[in-house]
Amino acid sequence: MDTFLQLVLNGLMLGGLFAIISVGLTLIFGIIRLVNFAHGELLMAGMYLTWLGTTKLGLHPYVLAPPLVLVLFVIGVAIQRFILQPLLEARDAHVQIFATVGLSTALINLALLLFGADLYATPAAHVRDPIMLGPFRIIVGQLVMFGAGIAVVTGLHVFMERSFLGRAIRATAQHRAAAQLMGVDVNRIYMVTFGIGAGCVGLAAALVAPVYPTSPTVGTYFVLTAFVVVVLGGMGSLHGAFIGALLIGLVDSLSGFYIAPDLKEVVIFGLFILILLLRPTGLFGLGRGSE
Amino acid sequence: MLTLNDVQAGYGRTTILHGINVEVQKGEVVTIVGANGAGKTTTLRSIAGLVRPTSGSITFEGEPIGKLSPHEVVARGITLIPEGRQLFPFMSVRDNLRMGAYTPQARARMSATMDEVMDLFPRVREKLEQHAGSLSGGEQQMVAIARGLMARPKLLMFDEPSLGLAPIIVAQVFDVVEKIVATGVTVLIVEQNVFRTLNIADRGYVLENGEIVMTDSGQALLRDDHVRRAYLGI
Ligand SMILES: Nc1ncnc2c1ncn2[C@@H]1O[C@H](COP(=O)(O)OP(=O)(O)OP(=O)(O)O)[C@@H](O)[C@H]1O
Ligand SMILES: [Mg+2]
Repeated sequence: MDTFLQLVLNGLMLGGLFAIISVGLTLIFGIIRLVNFAHGELLMAGMYLTWLGTTKLGLHPYVLAPPLVLVLFVIGVAIQRFILQPLLEARDAHVQIFATVGLSTALINLALLLFGADLYATPAAHVRDPIMLGPFRIIVGQLVMFGAGIAVVTGLHVFMERSFLGRAIRATAQHRAAAQLMGVDVNRIYMVTFGIGAGCVGLAAALVAPVYPTSPTVGTYFVLTAFVVVVLGGMGSLHGAFIGALLIGLVDSLSGFYIAPDLKEVVIFGLFILILLLRPTGLFGLGRGSE
Repeated sequence: MLTLNDVQAGYGRTTILHGINVEVQKGEVVTIVGANGAGKTTTLRSIAGLVRPTSGSITFEGEPIGKLSPHEVVARGITLIPEGRQLFPFMSVRDNLRMGAYTPQARARMSATMDEVMDLFPRVREKLEQHAGSLSGGEQQMVAIARGLMARPKLLMFDEPSLGLAPIIVAQVFDVVEKIVATGVTVLIVEQNVFRTLNIADRGYVLENGEIVMTDSGQALLRDDHVRRAYLGI
C-alpha cells in the first residue's frame, strides 16, 4: 500500500511538470488554432540555456526561471510575429504547421551543432534533497514542479478570466472578426498567446533541467506526453490540461512500476489512441461547437 | 464627419462596390437601402476596416482611415454592430459587454457606461451572468447593440439589426435604435425594414449593384416612386 501511495505521489508531482508544458501547448492550440510542433524544442532550448546559466554564470536553475520565462516569451512572440504571422496570409493554414515542424528540426540541428549529442547534466544544489512526509519521500525538485504547475494553471486561469487582455484572448478564440470589431488587435493577441505558451516552457525548462539530462532531442519525450495530455484534457482547455497532466503523471508513475519502465510510453500512447477512438473531444473539450 | 469618396472594394478579384460616395454629418442618422447582395454590408465592412478599399478614400473627422486595421478604426470612434450579432458565445453577457469597452478610452469609463447602457436594456441586466450563446435571438441582438454602445462610439453603424427576428422583437429593436438616436449619436444604419428606417433617417442612399443610384432625405425617399416600388412593395 505504501508503495502504491508513494507512486501516486510521484505521479502527481510529475503531473505538475506535464501541466506547465501542456498548458502552453493547449493555449497555443486553443487560441491560435495551431499545433505547435516546435514546443518541445523550445523546452530543449530553455534547458540548454539553464545549463549555460548554471555552469557559466554559477546561478541556481530556480534563480534562472524568471529570466528564462521572459526570454522564451520574447522568442515566442518573435516566432509568431516573424514566422507564423506572415504565413497566416498564405492560402493554406497547414503551412503554419509545417513551419513549426521545420522550426523544430532546425532547433534540434542547431543544438547538435552547438552542443553535440552528449547528455548535459545541470548542477543544482538541494534540488535532489529528500523531504519526508511520514513514510513517503519526495525530493525538493518534484515538490517545486508540482507547486509551480498549480501556480501556473491558477495564474493563467485568473489572467484569462479577469484581465482585459485575457478576456480579449478568449474573445479572439471564440470569434476573431467580432474581437476585431471590439478594437482588439488580433495579431498582437496571437503574439502574446504564443509568448505565454513559450514562457510556460521556459519555466518548465528551468525546473526540469536539474533532474533530467539535456540533449538535442529531450523535448520530444516531454512534448509527446504533453500532446497526449492536451488531447486527454480536451484541446484548448486549460483546466482540462491540468487534470490530464495529473492523470498522465499517475499513469506514467504507476505503469513504470507495475508494468515495466520501458513500457510506460507504450501504455501512455495506448491510452492516447483509446481516447481518440472513444472520446476525441477529450474530457473537457467543447467539441466542434467551440469554434 | 465620415466621407466615402469614390470607394471601390470587393473580395479577391470580384469588385462589389464600384466607386461609391457616401457622406455622414455629425449627429445625423443615415441609412443605406438596397436589395440583397447590393453591397450594403461590404460598405460598412469597408468603413470598419474589415475590407480594404481598392481605390477611393474614406475619411473620418478629416483624417484618412481607409488603410487602417479594424482595431485602429474602433479606436478612432467608429463601431460596427455586425450582421448576425457575432457575440462571444461562451462568455457571459457581462464579459461580452466588457469586451465592448476594450479600447483604452472606453475602458476608463466602463462602469459608468455599463450603468447607462443597462438603463436602456433592462432585460439584458437580468441576463448578465448567462452565456451569450444561450440567449434567444432577440436577446442576443439586444446584447450586440449594448456591446456596441459600450465603446462610446462617435459613429455607430448597424448592419441589419432586426434580421431574423419575430415582429414583436423587431419593434423592440427599433425602439432601442430610436432611443439611441435620441441620445445624439451619429448613426449609419442598414436595415431590411426600409419603411421604419427611412422614417427615423435624416438621409438615405439607395445602393444598387454596388453603385449609389439615388440619395435624398428619408422623407423624400419614402415618397419616391422607385423606392416605393422596389423597396417598400407599394
Ligand atoms: N466574404 C465574401 N467573399 C466573397 N464574396 C462576398 C463575401 N461577402 C459578400 N460577398 C459578395 O458580395 C456581394 C455583396 O454582399 P453584401 O454582403 O455586401 O451585400 P448586402 O447588400 O449586405 O446584402 P444582404 O442584404 O443580403 O445582407 C454579394 O454578391 C456577396 O455574394
Ligand atoms: Mg448585408
